[in-house]
Amino acid sequence: MKNLIFLWAFIVALALGPLVLPEFYVTLLNYIGLYAIVSLGLVLLTGVGGLTSFGQAAFVGLGAYTTAYLTTVHDVSPWLTLPAGLAVTAVIALSIGLITLRLSGHFLPLGTIAWGISLYYLFGNIDALGGYTGISGIPALQLFGFELKSGREFYYLIWAILLVLMVATRNLLDSREGRAIRALKGGSLMAESMGVNTPRSKIVIFVIAALYACLSGWLYAHLQRFINPTPFSLTQGIEYLFMVVVGGVGHVWGAIFGAGLITLLKQWLQDWLPQLLGQSGNFEMIVFGLMMILVLHRSRDGMWPIVQRCFPERAVRPRVAEAEPLPRRAVPPAGSVLLKISNATKRFGGLVANDRMSFDVHAAEVMALIGPNGAGKTTMFNGVSGVDPLTSGEIVFCGERVERLEAHEMAQRGMCRTFQHVRLIPTMSVLENVAIGAHLRGRKNFVHAACRTERDEEARLLHEAALQIERCGLAEHLYDVASSLPLGKQRIVEIARALAADPCLLLLDEPAAGLRYLEKKALADLLRRLRDEGMGILLVEHDMDFVMGLADRVVVIEFGQKLAEGLPEEVQRNPAVLEAYLGGIE
Amino acid sequence: MDFQIALLLAQDGITNGAIYALLALALVLVFTVTRVIFIPQGEFVAYGALTLVSLQSGKVPGTLWLLLGLGMVITLVDLSRAVRARKLRRMPSVILFNCVMPLLLAGLLSVVSPATFSLPVQVFITLILVVPLGPMIYRLAFQPIAEASVLVLLIVSVAVHVTLTGLGLFFFGAEGSRTPVFTETSFAIGEASLPGQALLVIVSSLILIVALYFLFERTIYGKALRATAMNRTGARLMGISSSMAGMLSFALAGLIGTFSGILISPITTLYYDSGFLIGLKGFVGAIIGGLASYPVAAIGALLVGLLESYSSFWASAFKEVIVFTLIIPVLLWRSLTTRHVEEEP
Repeated sequence: MKNLIFLWAFIVALALGPLVLPEFYVTLLNYIGLYAIVSLGLVLLTGVGGLTSFGQAAFVGLGAYTTAYLTTVHDVSPWLTLPAGLAVTAVIALSIGLITLRLSGHFLPLGTIAWGISLYYLFGNIDALGGYTGISGIPALQLFGFELKSGREFYYLIWAILLVLMVATRNLLDSREGRAIRALKGGSLMAESMGVNTPRSKIVIFVIAALYACLSGWLYAHLQRFINPTPFSLTQGIEYLFMVVVGGVGHVWGAIFGAGLITLLKQWLQDWLPQLLGQSGNFEMIVFGLMMILVLHRSRDGMWPIVQRCFPERAVRPRVAEAEPLPRRAVPPAGSVLLKISNATKRFGGLVANDRMSFDVHAAEVMALIGPNGAGKTTMFNGVSGVDPLTSGEIVFCGERVERLEAHEMAQRGMCRTFQHVRLIPTMSVLENVAIGAHLRGRKNFVHAACRTERDEEARLLHEAALQIERCGLAEHLYDVASSLPLGKQRIVEIARALAADPCLLLLDEPAAGLRYLEKKALADLLRRLRDEGMGILLVEHDMDFVMGLADRVVVIEFGQKLAEGLPEEVQRNPAVLEAYLGGIE
Repeated sequence: MDFQIALLLAQDGITNGAIYALLALALVLVFTVTRVIFIPQGEFVAYGALTLVSLQSGKVPGTLWLLLGLGMVITLVDLSRAVRARKLRRMPSVILFNCVMPLLLAGLLSVVSPATFSLPVQVFITLILVVPLGPMIYRLAFQPIAEASVLVLLIVSVAVHVTLTGLGLFFFGAEGSRTPVFTETSFAIGEASLPGQALLVIVSSLILIVALYFLFERTIYGKALRATAMNRTGARLMGISSSMAGMLSFALAGLIGTFSGILISPITTLYYDSGFLIGLKGFVGAIIGGLASYPVAAIGALLVGLLESYSSFWASAFKEVIVFTLIIPVLLWRSLTTRHVEEEP
C-alpha cells in the first residue's frame, strides 16, 4: 500500500516536472528517460537472462539512422520509419543471436563488441549517411496534429513510452515465458529438460532488448533533430551497461535509477574533474570504471536493493486462485512398453561409459537402475533424457525413435526428469519453480504476457503447480523461497516440478538422497501412488532398502554394462551382483 | 596492385599480425587460467609504448604513479587482512614488491633524467614500470571475485579497461606519439626491401613465442599454469594456488602487452586509447582459436593482420569494419562445429 503511494507520487512528480523545472533539467530528464529505455532492455538481458551485450548503443544508432535517413532523404513520415527501424533491428539482432547464442555465454558479448565497433565505423564512413558529420534537419514528430518541437513537449512522450515499457517488462517477467527466461540464469540444462526451448528464449530477450534500444534511438533522433555516429559508439554501449550494473541489474526500477544516477553523476563529474585534474577529457570514465568494479565486488545486485530497503516491502502473497484444471495427457495402458532402449552406447573419448545397454520400462511400473559409483547410471539418464545424446544405439519412447531429439523435445513427448544435484532457481518461490515444469502446458507467448491477456492460462498453470506441490506434501512451503528449504525437501520440489509437466514417464536421479526416514517413506508412498495411476518411473538410487521395497524390476549396471535384470529378489540373489557389490568369495 | 605493393602489404600485415598473435596468445592464456576475458590487454600495449616515449623525452611517466598507487592499495589491503588473520609472515615480501620497489624506481627517475639512459635500459625500465601492473590489477580487481561467472568477470574486465583508458588520457595526454626507430638497417630481398624494424618485430615475436613454449613445456610454473587451465579444482588439490596461477598469467599478459607496445612504438603513432583496437584484433585471432587453442589463435591473428593490411589498400575507410565483421563468419563456423555442453553450476 505504502509502495503504491510512492509510485503515484513518482508519477505525479514526473508529470509536473516540466511545468516547474528549468530547461536544463528537462533536457537531463529527457536523456535519463532515453537511456532508461535502453537500460530496461539490458536488465531483461543481463539481470534476468544472464546474457549481456556491449552493443546496445549500436542498436540505438540503427533506430536513429533509419529514421534520420528515411525522413530527410525520402520524406517518409516518422511514424512509418519507426516500424522500419524496428524491423531492421530485429533482423540484425536475430542474426547475431542465432550465430552466437549456441556458443558458450561469453561469445555473445564478444560478438556485440565487434558489432558495436563495426557499425560505428560504418556510420562514419558512408557518405549517404553524412559520414562523421552526421545528418541534420530531421523533422519534428507530429502527434495528433500537434508538433512536438520543444524538449518539454517531447518529455511526456519519452516518459510515457518508458512507463509503458516498464509495465510490459514487469508483466512479461511475471508469466510463463518470464519464468522460462528467469530459469536461464540457473543454467539452461534444467530449463531445457522442462521443455523450455532455451536458445529461443535467449534470442527473444536479445531481440527485445535490441528493439527497446532501437525505439530509444528513434526518439533520440526526433528529439535532437540531428545525429552523428558518436553517441552510438562502443563507449556509449559500455556506459549503458554501467547504468544497469550500478543501478541494479536484476530490477526493472534499477534501469531508471541507474540511468538517472550515471547521467547526473556524469554531468557533475564533467564539470569538476577537468578542473581538479587541470586537463580536459572524459575523466569521468575513470570514476565510472572504479565504481563498477566496486559495485561488482561488494553488491553484485547493484544499488537499487540498497534504495529498496528504504521502502519496507510487505510480502504480498498472491493466493493461488481456483482455476479450471489443465487438460491431461492420455495415460498409456498399464504394462505397455513406454521406453525401449537397445544397444545404447556412450563414449567419452576412449572411456566407454555405457556399453550396449538394453532394457525397457513399462507403464505403471517402477524400474530401478542400480550399480556402484561410476557405473554409468547418470550417463544413461542423460542419454535417455536428451541432455547428452548417445554415441550409438536406439531409444524408442511411446513408439517413436527419440535418440536424436533434444531435451525439450523429449519433455514435450511426456518424459520428465529430476536432477541428482538439485537444480532449482534459488531466488524463486517453490510455486514458481514448480510452475516451470508446467511450461509446455501453456501456449500464450511473450506478447500476450506483456499485455496481460494470458491471465486465465497463468491462473491454470499456477493452480496446477499448487496441486502438484500439495500432492507431494509440501503445501505449507508453497510461497517459500526455494533456497530456504532443506535439501531433502528441495528434491521433492524437483519431483513436483517434473509432475507439473504431466509426464507419462518420470526419470528420477537419486530422489531419496538426503531424505530422513519418514520423508523416504512418504516419497515411496507417493511413487507407488503415481505408479498405480499408470505412470512409468525410471529411478537411479543407491539406497537399497528404498529400491528393493519399491521397484517392480531392477537393472544392475557395472562398468557401463548390464550385469543383471529382473525382480528385486532375483537380483539380490544373483551371484554376479553379489560379487560386484560385496566382492568375490575366493 | 602490382607485385611490389602486394609484397609491401604482406610485410605490413605480417608485422602487425605478429603483434596480434602475441596478444592473442596472452588472451588465451589469461582466459584458460582465470576465465577472465582480458579486454584491457591492449592498454598494456599503449602504456608500454607511451611510457617509453615519456622516458625518452626525459619525463617521468605517469605509469609510475599508477604503480605506486596500486602498490600502496595492495599493501594496505594485504596488511589489514594479515593483521586480522595474524599471519604476518608474508608481509615483508608484499611490502618489498608493492612499496619498496616502486619507491626505489621513483627515486631513481627523480634523480637521473631517463633520457640519458641507453635504449636497452629505457626498455628495461619501461618493462619494470608497466608489467607489474598486470598482477596488481589481478590482485585488486579479479582475485576477490575469482569464483564469479565468466559474465561478471567480463564486465569487470571492461570496467578495468575503461578505467585504464581514462588514466592513460590523464598520464599521457590526448596527443599521439611514437619513438625513433630502434634500427635503421634494412635488408634487400630481391626487389623489395625489408626494414630492420619490421624484422625486429617479427623475430622478437617468434623468440617470445618460443620462450613461452619452453615455459609451458619445461618449467614447473608453466606446467602449473597448464594444470590450472585444464582443471582449476584439480590443480588446487595438487597444491597449485589458483591466485598464484592468476598472478602469473596476468604477469605474462602484462609482459607480452608491454613488449608488443615497445616493439611497435617506432612503427605506428599510438594514442592513449589505441591499445583497445589493437587488443581487440588480437581477440579476433583468439576467437578463431575458440579462446582455447594457442596455435590456431596465433595463425588467426596473423590472418587478421594480413586482412587488415590488404583491406586498408582496397577500402581503407572500411578497414575496421572488415576486420571486425570477420568475427561473424568465424563465430558462425564455430557455432556449427561445436556442441556446447554446460558445466555444472
